[in-house]
Amino acid sequence: MSDDNVVVSHGTDLRKGEIVRYTLKERMCHWLSAVSYVYLLLTGLALFTPYLYWIAYVLGGGPTVRFWHPWVGLVFFVIQMWMHSMWSSQMKVTDQDLDWSKTLKAYVTNRDEQVAPAGHFNHGQKQFYWIMYYSTLVLIVTGVLMWFPELVSLKAHGLMPVVIFLHCTAALFTIGAFLIHVYMGVVFVSGGLQGILWGHVPISWAKAHHRLWYEKVKSEDRSRISSSEF
Amino acid sequence: MSNGQLEIKAISGHRGGTPGGGEYDQPNGKKHTGATRDYDVCKLVDVTTCIGCKACEVACLEWNGYEFRETTFNDTYQTMPDTAWNFWNLIKFNEVEKDGEMQWLMRKDQCMHCEEPGCLMACPADGAIVQYTNGIVDFNQANCIGCQYCVTGCPFNIPKFNAETKKVYKCTLCSDRVGAGLEPACIKSCPTGCLHFGSKEDMLDLANSRVTQIKRETAHKNAGVYDPPGIGGTHVIYVLHDKDKPEQYGGLPKDPTIPFFVKMWKGPLKWLGGIGMVLGVAALFGHHVRYGPKSLHDGDEGRGKAQ
Repeated sequence: MSDDNVVVSHGTDLRKGEIVRYTLKERMCHWLSAVSYVYLLLTGLALFTPYLYWIAYVLGGGPTVRFWHPWVGLVFFVIQMWMHSMWSSQMKVTDQDLDWSKTLKAYVTNRDEQVAPAGHFNHGQKQFYWIMYYSTLVLIVTGVLMWFPELVSLKAHGLMPVVIFLHCTAALFTIGAFLIHVYMGVVFVSGGLQGILWGHVPISWAKAHHRLWYEKVKSEDRSRISSSEF
Repeated sequence: MSNGQLEIKAISGHRGGTPGGGEYDQPNGKKHTGATRDYDVCKLVDVTTCIGCKACEVACLEWNGYEFRETTFNDTYQTMPDTAWNFWNLIKFNEVEKDGEMQWLMRKDQCMHCEEPGCLMACPADGAIVQYTNGIVDFNQANCIGCQYCVTGCPFNIPKFNAETKKVYKCTLCSDRVGAGLEPACIKSCPTGCLHFGSKEDMLDLANSRVTQIKRETAHKNAGVYDPPGIGGTHVIYVLHDKDKPEQYGGLPKDPTIPFFVKMWKGPLKWLGGIGMVLGVAALFGHHVRYGPKSLHDGDEGRGKAQ
């Protein structure tokens, strides 16, 4: 394909029949968030159960893991806030989302012709987002307390067990959501991964999976669609 | 401590078994799963005969190689408000009123070496805390990661963090001395016979006979032994003037237990979380095998329309 067929839009290379699914900024934010989350997941699991403490050895040893986990947690939190500033308005649950959720069974079992149309994010993606968002808030508050327990132990000694319990519980919620998220993005929804990696998806994919979003882009933001469509 | 007389019974943050092996009945009726015959050791602190000389404080520092740290004057004879990472043995001085009369109470504060140690339960680091079959709970700083979960698990506020080394320290019950057949340094230094060391059985006998004597010969009719059952008993026990008021001896909890949320976190949450993660991955795999991925292109126009 020669270069004159490529249109650059929102930091994304568009070729014939493609649409910008995620801007470069959104992709950066997502993957910074993903990399820091995976580090937190692995080191957190190492400290959660003896069966996975070997991960701590792999990642530099217990004291190293104990040193970096809070710092990376802080980075993850900042990235989450950045993501929130970009996406929170798009994550509001609408009536159409509730209609979509009524057809969730059909969606999960690949009876896609029975699935209600979805916007840029479907209701499942929105739920994932809010689980991660609220869990992050719990994790950062409890995490900071666990970072410097020697500074709070005198006043809150009786509360530290609750703090640690909440930290683990919130983390487990994110793990459940994360497993489903990765499965959906990498395995279940073909073509979804390329959207978040390189930003572009085929227009046919957009119509199939996020029809309401596609209709909206078509009428409101044509810069996201490769010009050869028009 | 790699000594033949110190057999490991429990290891923090550890999967699988402990070294040793073999199971037999001990003379005291307990099952023992180590290679050598061993008995539960115990330190008896008879607070009624403590004179507050602090010889045990000095002996502890001497044996463990710590310098005498800065002291705090607090209108009492107490060396400092609390034990520290390099000060494991502290006499707590308390003045309380009983029936209009003043009582000057002195209690040797140190790690209680719980039979069910909350520190060990809370610790995530493999081998940072070990419990020997003789009852000693020992910290191994080489494996400590400095998370201070042990502080959270301890009902006696004993483990102390050193911000410089990022490790936690506490009384070892002189496991190095005990492993070599010696008594702990504090016991060795006590001039009044307030401190005793031996098997748990012997120390309980001694404590109970002392309680009988106190009740018979003094006005302390409520004297008793402090060996709290909430943590399976301790390997440091006290004879108290009033067994119902342990708090008056400078924060000795009346009914210490491992905090509820530590038990929940290290019990149900850990297992439910682990099982949940494994089942979750299995369920997703099962879903993939049953339904496979969504197809990318077929029925473009038909997709997304409710039928």
